[in-house]
Amino acid sequence: MPEARGAGPVGRRSLAALVAGQLWRTPPALAGGVLLVVLYLFAALAPFLAPYPPAEMDRARFYHPPQALHWRGEDGRFRLRPFVYATAPGPGVFEYREDRSRSMPVRFLVRGARHRLLGLVPTDRHLLGVDAPARVNLLGTDPAGRDVLSRLLFGARVSLSVGLVGIAISFALGLLLGGAAGYFGGWVDALLMRSSELLLCIPGLYLIMALRTLFPAELPSGQVYLAIVAILALLGWAGLARVIRGMVLSIRQADYVTAAEALGMSRLRVIVRHVLPNTLSFVIVAATLAVPGYILGEVVLSFLGVGIQEPDASWGNMLQQARSLTVLTDFPWLLYAPGTAIFVTVMAFNFLGDGLRDALDPRRTGGEGRA
Amino acid sequence: MRTFVLRRLLQLVPLLLAVIVLTFALLRAAPGDYVTTVAADPQVPTATLEAMRHRFGLDRPWPVQLGLYVRNLVLRFDLGESFSHHRPVAEVLRGAMLNTLLLALAGALLTWGLAVPLGAWAAARQGRAVDRSLSTLAFAGLAVPEVLSGLLLLMLAARTGWFPVGGMRSLDWDNLGPLARLADILWHLALPALVVALVPLAGRMRQMRSSLLDVLRLDYVTTARAKGLDERVVVLRHALRNALNPMITLFGYTLGSLLSGSLVAEIVFAWPGLGRVTYEALLARDQYLVAGSVLMATVVLVLGNLVADLLLAAADPRIRHA
Repeated sequence: MPEARGAGPVGRRSLAALVAGQLWRTPPALAGGVLLVVLYLFAALAPFLAPYPPAEMDRARFYHPPQALHWRGEDGRFRLRPFVYATAPGPGVFEYREDRSRSMPVRFLVRGARHRLLGLVPTDRHLLGVDAPARVNLLGTDPAGRDVLSRLLFGARVSLSVGLVGIAISFALGLLLGGAAGYFGGWVDALLMRSSELLLCIPGLYLIMALRTLFPAELPSGQVYLAIVAILALLGWAGLARVIRGMVLSIRQADYVTAAEALGMSRLRVIVRHVLPNTLSFVIVAATLAVPGYILGEVVLSFLGVGIQEPDASWGNMLQQARSLTVLTDFPWLLYAPGTAIFVTVMAFNFLGDGLRDALDPRRTGGEGRA
Repeated sequence: MRTFVLRRLLQLVPLLLAVIVLTFALLRAAPGDYVTTVAADPQVPTATLEAMRHRFGLDRPWPVQLGLYVRNLVLRFDLGESFSHHRPVAEVLRGAMLNTLLLALAGALLTWGLAVPLGAWAAARQGRAVDRSLSTLAFAGLAVPEVLSGLLLLMLAARTGWFPVGGMRSLDWDNLGPLARLADILWHLALPALVVALVPLAGRMRQMRSSLLDVLRLDYVTTARAKGLDERVVVLRHALRNALNPMITLFGYTLGSLLSGSLVAEIVFAWPGLGRVTYEALLARDQYLVAGSVLMATVVLVLGNLVADLLLAAADPRIRHA
């Protein structure tokens, strides 16, 4: 983390130390940050944490409701090892009865599908499961009999990373273009600002969908993922670039910039070393508050059926399954699971962003993130 | 002031031109066109497909298409014909825009009707239980995306039957009297309007709260209190008026999103509005319909922002546009 040179009141304490200290004093922001670390860890460890592969179907368990963990047996005695009751289909279609006489203990580090832990260590262990061939669906199953918990964890990889990758690209663009517009002025400024106005004047979702038609409807999910990130990043830079331009315009009047130029520093070096670091605190806050917009962008696109395609999982296409009225009335866990995940993630980013804003910007001049 | 408005309106011309060029370029750069979607049906003979392409002008190079489109738009205010609806684009859009306006206005009414009193209430009781619980609610509300609130309300409708699960009119619409028709539309409107309203509600409430808090710190409010005025009079008669100023600008920006802010609500609740029409047109590659609706949404967005600036100038005598 570069030091915020010339930002008077900051003094010699590094920005990172300042942020850390301030976050420690703001419990909600700290909680948001910790929660995000946990969520991203869940996504990274998805193959290990998920009991089953995300696309594995169980044709005997369509629309199976979530199975509750029990600690107290039929005899009323407390057990150290949690267990679930076995279920059997019936009496109606997509209905299941708990068989109270058959309890299945939940085991840890069970063997299952092979995967590579963090992409490196090959293993077939999963965090928890029940003795095969029985299956446990803690969050239920979807219309194809796939485990919702597993899909939620694998979906997190798509939905959570879209936010980070998207923000990284669009903020790099925004910083560079906004910095260039503010620093060079003239026709560079005019061209960049007119194009950003054009992007900001077209209603966002319409533009996103129009851009989405550029790519064929039926694409492998990997390419759709890249397309989504590219689209969101392409639209996201405009708002930031305008703010950065304004900040750069005022910073370049500062004496230390004149001094750097007088010392014969190249223009690019002046921008990168002296001008942009002073916009850093604003950028960090704006980025944190803007990430949910990107996550929701993927959710909306997949919800509309033009994003991540089945059988791959994302929180958006899991929500799409919840569009049908039958699901909403009879199988509501298909809405609750991805809905809660999205809610918690957005909330965590908002808490962290608000905390960072208080920590970094005593004047509290923050723009609203563009969704 | 007049020159300011004129200049802003003149800036609209190149902007709209750029939007048209962009839309056309995007639709042309995408693989296939409307006829390709028709050709997916193997029963349609090739000759018919060629005739269609010719009739819609899709066989000409896209700069020519673009030129013809702009000429028709400028000379006759003709937006072309919708391929999939088999009707003029203007006609399709008119109905859809009216429906969306109805939805968006109802949503805005709900948002502002709730945000201003709740925000003011929280500010007047700063730091107390009311304020804290409203702040918590608002913070949670900020994290509920439209898709989620829409589906939750749809679930409410599907489970209780208190509200219709979509559409704008009941099946027996034709047999209803005028009053019953009004009630029927409002009944269908309730949930989608609530979805539209919830998105900006939390933010507006927080802004109203901080705006009133800023004013309550000013000297003239202290003076009013020192005169021994009732706290209610101080807040409602003296402070609230000035606290509403920044909110007026924000209201202007709401006007800008009137046509484009309800896309998700329209799709979840099958509301026959502009967002839904555009979504379907995009999937069907209905070129002129897409261009027309993006154009309309953009015009409304830009005009809304202009109105916002004018409202600000009207509300705050310190701001004068040269």
